Amino acid sequence: MTKPLTAKDFATDQEVRWCPGCGDYAILKCVQKTLADVGADPDKTVFVSGIGCSSRFPYYMNAYGFHTIHGRAPAFATGVKLANPELDVWLVTGDGDGLSIGGNHLLHVLRRNVDTQIMLFNNEIYGLTKGQYSPTSRVGTRSPSTPAGSIDTPVSPCAFALGANAKFIARGIDTDAKSLSPVLKAAREFKGAAFVEIFQNCIVYNKDVFDGFVAKKTATETQIHVEHGQPLLFAGGSKGLKLNTQTLKLEIVDVGDGGAPESEIVVHDETNRTLAQMLIDLPMTSFPMPLGVIHREPSAPSFDDAFWNAHATKGKRTGTVADALRKGSVWKKG
Amino acid sequence: MAKITPEDQSIVVRFAGDSGDGVQLLGSQFAESTALAGSDFSTFPDFPAEIRAPVGTTFGVSAFQINLGARRVSTAGDQPDVLVAFNPAALKVNLPLLQKGALVVLNTDAFNKRNFTKANIAADPRETGELEDYQVIEIDMSTQVLEAVKPLGLSKSDAEQSKNFWALGAVLWMFGRSRDPIKDWATKKFAKKPPEVLAGNLAALDAGHAYAETAELSAEVPQFVIGDADMAAGEYRSITGAEAISLGLAAAGELADKEILFAGYPITPASAILHHLSRMGELGVATFQAEDEIAACCAAIGASFGGKIGVTSSSGPGIALKTEAIGLAMAAELPLVIVNSQRGGPSTGLPTKTEQSDLYQAVYGRNADAPLPVIAAAGPGDCFDAAIEATRIALRHMTPVFLLTDGYIQNAAGPWALPNMNDYDPILHGTPPAANDDIEERKRAIWNRDPSSFGRPWVTPGMKGLAYRVGGLEKDIETGDISYDADNHQAMSELRARKVEAVADFIPDQEVEQGNTKGPLAVVGWGSTHGAIWRAVANAREQGYDVAQIQIRYINPLPKNLGRLLESYDKVLVPEMNMGQLSTLLRDKLELKVTPLTKVSGQPFKITEIADAIAANCPAGAKVKAAE
Ligand SMILES: Cc1ncc(C[n+]2csc(CCOP(=O)(O)OP(=O)(O)O)c2C)c(N)n1
Ligand code: SF4
Ligand SMILES: [Mg+2]
Repeated sequence: MTKPLTAKDFATDQEVRWCPGCGDYAILKCVQKTLADVGADPDKTVFVSGIGCSSRFPYYMNAYGFHTIHGRAPAFATGVKLANPELDVWLVTGDGDGLSIGGNHLLHVLRRNVDTQIMLFNNEIYGLTKGQYSPTSRVGTRSPSTPAGSIDTPVSPCAFALGANAKFIARGIDTDAKSLSPVLKAAREFKGAAFVEIFQNCIVYNKDVFDGFVAKKTATETQIHVEHGQPLLFAGGSKGLKLNTQTLKLEIVDVGDGGAPESEIVVHDETNRTLAQMLIDLPMTSFPMPLGVIHREPSAPSFDDAFWNAHATKGKRTGTVADALRKGSVWKKG
Repeated sequence: MAKITPEDQSIVVRFAGDSGDGVQLLGSQFAESTALAGSDFSTFPDFPAEIRAPVGTTFGVSAFQINLGARRVSTAGDQPDVLVAFNPAALKVNLPLLQKGALVVLNTDAFNKRNFTKANIAADPRETGELEDYQVIEIDMSTQVLEAVKPLGLSKSDAEQSKNFWALGAVLWMFGRSRDPIKDWATKKFAKKPPEVLAGNLAALDAGHAYAETAELSAEVPQFVIGDADMAAGEYRSITGAEAISLGLAAAGELADKEILFAGYPITPASAILHHLSRMGELGVATFQAEDEIAACCAAIGASFGGKIGVTSSSGPGIALKTEAIGLAMAAELPLVIVNSQRGGPSTGLPTKTEQSDLYQAVYGRNADAPLPVIAAAGPGDCFDAAIEATRIALRHMTPVFLLTDGYIQNAAGPWALPNMNDYDPILHGTPPAANDDIEERKRAIWNRDPSSFGRPWVTPGMKGLAYRVGGLEKDIETGDISYDADNHQAMSELRARKVEAVADFIPDQEVEQGNTKGPLAVVGWGSTHGAIWRAVANAREQGYDVAQIQIRYINPLPKNLGRLLESYDKVLVPEMNMGQLSTLLRDKLELKVTPLTKVSGQPFKITEIADAIAANCPAGAKVKAAE
């Protein structure tokens, strides 16, 4: 028996080149540890990325890796997975890479449900190109290209994924390995496109943009960790989310002593698209940030399965070209 | 009228009508019958850009041309000798193409005021004198068809659908052909349709034949006698360029013992390849229709990274989109075949017309120093070998390869001698090294390139103990690690250039297809102009001109002996369907002075256009030696 692999075995000999304090480090560690925990085989694991700080990720993972071109990682990953469906394919992208230049490909990898794990490192900024605002930057973001503040409405990565009919949507925080790791495990187990938005702190160009809900001190009030079959509670169980049947919106209520009974709190059902939509749409300013597996519909076939099932021979060569040439009308001379 | 054997033993027939008239089916069945009669032929469908343009309009005219002969036929023909026109618009559009004295068969039922208006015709062309130079036969075809199918109780509009079969019957009589193979084919084709569809078409076929045979027509119509063409012994089939490329790619997979993953995005005229390959699952071919050309190219590259042969195809605008990804495949040293079915450009240009104007794009069209091998197919059947060759280069050298074809080759068809698959060498690639726990040794083994081809081992995910990372960032020449080192970048750039140059060590010397290896004039072509050049040179040589024909398949790198060879002619004439791109390349790579002959009308070269240029550039006194 060979020794089980540790997180270290998933690191490469390459010097990691992110800025000190960048959230990418924590995610890298978390992924390495998660792969070790689940006993992944580096020889059957592939990391595919686009371009950006986040997309340097594959160089630091002891597995097969393909650092491709800006925005197109989903298309490369689709080709890799179709070529060899036995591979465990991970996709690493950024908010610019995945939602600006590569928005189209992200849409299609999700709707096709290609069996991959898609980690979108959202730092609400273009890190690699030195800090321009991105499609997830909040209105008013000052950056080298928007000195007076950005003016365009941002896109919500999870809302985009749900709109694209993604069957697995989850969220995590770079430095919170305790909740990110189970999410990554679930994503890996999911047969289909598993979309994970990871809030990632770009310490240089967008420091602490997520402090509103990431700061440890206030976390119990500002985060809600959703779990299938469990009531949507936060603040140590003293608050919860209740459905207002008049407005068809979720609202925060006190639970227990003097508040609502727990039975009135919505129980998380990850298969319920409508609930997923409501959770994703909660305004960040007045609600806690939903984290964990927000949506999961395991029944749909993955694209790679469907693809090969649609090919009668599963892509294997069963006939010869010599015979194929002679199909149809052939005549002889001489 | 007597039976006619055309003077040059070949004849050009053109069918034209509305898109809905079934002209393409009529033409392809006539071609099939020609094949069975043993003649050589070449066909070219001429589609309108609109799918179903308004009925009766000139821009909705669809045509099918066939050149058939008892001697070698190399193009679909310059000027039709026979035109069958189903309506006034078809006559108007096609009349200017005809040979003087051509036979024009008209469906007079369509010659009415309404159709004249639709085709923007002021007066009935039969009364204006514009048909004076032609031999016109007027037939009330629609009436005849209705009459023929009356017993079947078909509706008028259903009956009209059989017009093409009626015309086919008449034409079969004109060429003394049997109707039986067509009937067999139709029986299969319409097996799933209501029985009256088959019955109607067969009745129309017989009626057309009978009509032509009876006195009414045979009195004024010639019967053409086109003999058996002298072709090498063997099995033949009819094939279009799109079919041949698809089969060639499948054959390449078989020779490499690898499966093919083809990723494409629809575009005219490249889509036909996607369609054909979609039906070749049992040959180890899978197709993926991506969301755009960028994704198609990226998925194909992903497949190559993953261990299948990645192939992508498009036409100029789509190739432009693939460009960045192609650069990555080159940098990552991955195999990829990119098929460009060139069409009229720039921009959207003339989507359904043909051109050879993407040569610069293939050879020079990438950011940075990013050389790639480029090869070009010369005709429909040749696409088979060209596809095998492109794949062979891609795997041997671990590089993307451009395979250029065009709208003409793609859609044109002719008889093709079936190849013997045992005649082809297997397609090889660098074999992966053994697993190695020593990281440094492993990296060096993965990037250990073959000293003659510079191809690296094809290591793919799933292989034990060989996990490696690669991307578009410059990498160390030995370890593959990211490297920003100045000397290393210089060395990598030189390696990439030498790799493409090295392809020349593996390809055959340039041959002269017709004529001498030196003399006053060589006509040098590439791609689909081959047929027209071949005939023009053959004719000129018969007339005594000392002119040679050279067809270049390997565009980049050029064959090593090409420079020397071309220098041995006083003049080099380069016909091409662009503004002079091969001419530029020859000037650039060989520092050669050439005489361009360019045509960018969306139409293939006519033999006469090249013949005239030969006459103008070859001294009249330069005679061919009698021995040849
Ligand atoms: C075709 C192309 N356009 C532009 C760039 C420049 N570029 C590189 S990364 C990037 C944005 C990256 O932002 P994001 O995806 O959010 O990644 P981050 O660096 O923030 O992790 C841009 C615009 C490029 N490499 N390629
Ligand atoms: S620029 Fe920002 S995202 Fe990029 S490495 Fe530095 S801290 Fe991380
Ligand atoms: Mg970013």
